[in-house]
Amino acid sequence: MKDMFIPAEYEVVRNPDLCIACRVCERQCANEVHKFDSDLGKMIADSTKCVNCHRCVCMCPTHALKIVKSDDTYKLNGNWPMRTMNEVYRQAATGGVLLSSMGNPTENPIYFSKILLNASQVTNPPIDPLREPMETAVYLGKKDVEIKRDARGMLVDNLPPQLKLTTPIMFSAMSYGSISYNAHESLARAAEELGIYYNTGEGGLHSDFYKYGKNTIVQVASGRFGVHEQYLKTAAAIEIKMGQGAKPGIGGHLPGMKISDDVSKTRMIPKGVDAISPAPHHDIYSIEDLRQLIYSLKEATAYTKPVIVKVAAVHNVAAIASGIARSGADIIAIDGYRGGTGAAPTRIRDNVGIPIELALAQVDERLRQEGIRDNVSVVVGGSIHSSADVVKAIALGADACYIATAAVLALGCHLCRSCHSGKCNWGIATQRPDLVKRLNPDVGKQRLVNLVHAWTHEIQEMMGGMGINSIEALRGNRLMLRGVGLNETELRILGIKHAGE
Amino acid sequence: MRRAERNNFGACAAAARKDFLMKRIYVNEEWCLGCHLCEYECMYANSGLDAMFKLKGRLGEFIPRIKVEGEDGADVHFAVNCRQCSDPVCVKSCIAGALSKDEGGIVRIDKNKCVGCYTCVLVCPYGAIMPAPDGKAAQKCALCTDNMMGEPNCVKNCPNNAIVFEER
Repeated sequence: MKDMFIPAEYEVVRNPDLCIACRVCERQCANEVHKFDSDLGKMIADSTKCVNCHRCVCMCPTHALKIVKSDDTYKLNGNWPMRTMNEVYRQAATGGVLLSSMGNPTENPIYFSKILLNASQVTNPPIDPLREPMETAVYLGKKDVEIKRDARGMLVDNLPPQLKLTTPIMFSAMSYGSISYNAHESLARAAEELGIYYNTGEGGLHSDFYKYGKNTIVQVASGRFGVHEQYLKTAAAIEIKMGQGAKPGIGGHLPGMKISDDVSKTRMIPKGVDAISPAPHHDIYSIEDLRQLIYSLKEATAYTKPVIVKVAAVHNVAAIASGIARSGADIIAIDGYRGGTGAAPTRIRDNVGIPIELALAQVDERLRQEGIRDNVSVVVGGSIHSSADVVKAIALGADACYIATAAVLALGCHLCRSCHSGKCNWGIATQRPDLVKRLNPDVGKQRLVNLVHAWTHEIQEMMGGMGINSIEALRGNRLMLRGVGLNETELRILGIKHAGE
Repeated sequence: MRRAERNNFGACAAAARKDFLMKRIYVNEEWCLGCHLCEYECMYANSGLDAMFKLKGRLGEFIPRIKVEGEDGADVHFAVNCRQCSDPVCVKSCIAGALSKDEGGIVRIDKNKCVGCYTCVLVCPYGAIMPAPDGKAAQKCALCTDNMMGEPNCVKNCPNNAIVFEER
């Protein structure tokens, strides 16, 4: 029987005056939307297959293509929008859980855009970052040490291991498997050139990338894919992934289709079989259990590397962070509900977790109240859109930010949110060799480096405007922030005043 | 790994360059997608038209001087055009003296002298010289120095940095 037809959400529109039928669109579309029709002697498109990744639009040499929102509509209904109805139709046809990729796209408030920054005028003059030194380097790790001196009165260096970042930005976890070899290589090389870190995600570390170990954070997640002694020893830091912003409370599921030879070797699992990470770590049911894993990892690496614990931003994140800060972790990473993913159940992605801005403000506040803020560094992620978001996050109390969606955008991603199909036309979220090839790491690396350089310049400009010449002096400096259009509760949670106050 | 596969043209060109260092067009086959954009950019560059879309309906009038080898769907693709050989057999073979290597190293064809015997087409080991669309002479890549582009148009428009213009 034929399934009920669901109309295409987007339509491919071709300007017949501009199309020269070069067939580049046809060759570039892994979804087989475009076709040269020899009967008609012209290019045609099947919009029902289009995921709106814009690969064809970007590649068309005559700019003959555009993709528009279809104006086909069911009878308008404020309560049952077309998308919601289509989801019901889809589930009625398949009986399956709906899958989505990348971050939560719903129209909930973006708090960062409702926060404004201060600037100095007259009494405390701004600083010109082009003429004066402007320090953006940060050190991540425990800083709660007593000052000790040896018998000769010299300072004893008893500082636990730190990560030095030249700018408060890191590439957050994306596993090899969910993203391609070339995407990983781009991230690794960019991190090395920038003096920052990228994160392997839970998929292990390809043997070719051990040489970037000094700029690598390796992840230990519930599936423990690819974790072995050398993996831990190669890294600059180890991250225990307890949760992910896009899908708090559930594990991961990498379809067998994406488990190629190399991925299977790197993950140490059979080829072609689905890779399933459990929802919990089966050995962690308390902060004490977490402490055991942290110290196992520290023991395995002779206490030379900081350990990061990554959690999703959920309702009681402040209390959880307090526990983590006491568990021996050096760094806490918090992932907001807008964070991306290679695949997540749609309902989880769109309905679970809380905004990173609120979570961060509460975590920083709680750790300060308890006098344990220096026990840990705090790194936040989950839709850091721009350098302004980085500055605002730091003023809210973060030490550094994790970016991943912005990083894949730099690599070409157009947020078509179809990563789970494995047919990424930009060569990022795929393992198909012909598609992976589309991302030349020389180009990818340079675009990532450009992005982070650009953001760093902007961060320096904003700091200079505030009269601050060191990013450390901005951390937790909420007086530099004001809210607009926020209610009393939101302002209280963020710990900032309203604009005009 | 793919990394280990080296570019054959690189090796051939290395052998040929002994006496002539110049910027040439090279293709890194590892990154060539077989998208064929270079062919269309080449046709446009040498068409004299002021906009690419004006090729519409006139593709039959032009022949690209760069050709992508490898069928659609093949594992490997690479674009091939004139290697600007240091010791070009096409120049030696030309019965009319139409082909020459200029002081910049570019192998040029003088259309006024070419008699259309196509000996050069036959002897070129890369298949990089072909009959011009009018059928009266041969044509070849002159690194876009014989049109208004100013720089090799295939290199400028390659979407994956597979075609490069460099001295090796």
